Amino acid sequence: MELIATLKLIELGDEIDVLSSDKGSAMDIPAWVEKVKHEMVGIDQEGDFWHIVVKKMK
Amino acid sequence: MAKKILIVGGGLAGTIIANGLCRQLGKELRANEVTITVIGNNEQHMYQPGLLYVPFGRIREKDLFRDERSVLDRRVIFHVDPATKIDISTKSVAAESGTTYEYDYLVLATGSRLRPDTIPGMTEGANWFYDLDGARKMREALEGFDGGKIVVNVNAPHKCPVAPLEITFMLRDYIQERGLADKTEITYTYPIGRLHALEPVANWTQPEFDKAGIKYETFFNTKSIDAEKKVISSEEESDIGYDLLITIPPHHGSQVITDSELGSGGWVPTERDTLLHEGTNDVFVCGDTTNIPISKAGSTAHFEADTIIDNIASLLTEGRMARKYDGKVFCFVETGMNKGTYVWFNYTTPPNPGAPSQMVHWFKLAYNRLYWLSARGLL
Repeated sequence: MELIATLKLIELGDEIDVLSSDKGSAMDIPAWVEKVKHEMVGIDQEGDFWHIVVKKMK
Repeated sequence: MAKKILIVGGGLAGTIIANGLCRQLGKELRANEVTITVIGNNEQHMYQPGLLYVPFGRIREKDLFRDERSVLDRRVIFHVDPATKIDISTKSVAAESGTTYEYDYLVLATGSRLRPDTIPGMTEGANWFYDLDGARKMREALEGFDGGKIVVNVNAPHKCPVAPLEITFMLRDYIQERGLADKTEITYTYPIGRLHALEPVANWTQPEFDKAGIKYETFFNTKSIDAEKKVISSEEESDIGYDLLITIPPHHGSQVITDSELGSGGWVPTERDTLLHEGTNDVFVCGDTTNIPISKAGSTAHFEADTIIDNIASLLTEGRMARKYDGKVFCFVETGMNKGTYVWFNYTTPPNPGAPSQMVHWFKLAYNRLYWLSARGLL
């Protein structure tokens, strides 16, 4: 939800680094980003957290 | 010279903090060593959670309102004078009347507002209950509804994250009570890949929806609404036809926050433990106004307010912060017209909703009255 809310506030081409402890988000975000045609920059697990970096493309 | 505490916003967060500070700083107030001022937008204080009951005619509109002056401790200086510019470099807030209010400690409690206008067709095509005009319009729409497809459409970000579930369960009961269940279909849409942002709540909701025959579509972010054709479309390229559309419009923070360049979207960057505006030591942020990724809810505002009260009082009397906010939130959840459950959680403990019961429903109805004791800082 935070990613979706933040995407509405940033400029085209900006990147968001989502820090999440939620495994569901780590699975869902890449699938959703592909579906709505933003861009996945990267996803890394650090202990119990995931860094999920998304670039706004539309 | 008296220390000036200025609270911008006369909603639940600002009101609890003002009243709580009066209780903790009685000696200092008597000695004229401190002043507590609230500047708000309205003479009236509205019990926003009560709006949930308006579309079903289950609360009197007059029970939603009290005079803000009567809710505030008499020692609080209160002005209806909407803030227009907040300048933390000069420690001052300009307001519509032309007055500039100076402060030693500032509390930003400017809340959130509905922005249906940010989605094409939403204002024309949808009903909502998050403000009184919308709730009245939805009440009329429900009275005229005689069966068909209802879509409950949730948009991000929004406050009171359990309210979309509550309205859906209550709609189901309402439809059954009116004998329309056989010719009505309810579909709930949600922006992410499950039915609620909090995973345990989503896991609880899905079987409850299945049991109740409520359909759902996830990954649905509203792109536009065609009010003529009665179709709602998503960024994910899904189209759903409806006879009655109920939406939770996306929210923004207050315009004064944006105009003062204090935070994108009107949300103020806030340290999650201290509730201080990032980079400051005299600007606290409370309730919907923060950018902390937790529920925007009255309960959140309440528990944050308790922390801010202790910290401002401690800073003034002992020169130190008293404690940290642990992320605590407690919410009742109506699961129909006659049953309810509740969730509580904090930064480290996820929620664990229990089986719905009539008793919890009655607790929630009781709280609808007890709210005014919360606002006064007595509960």
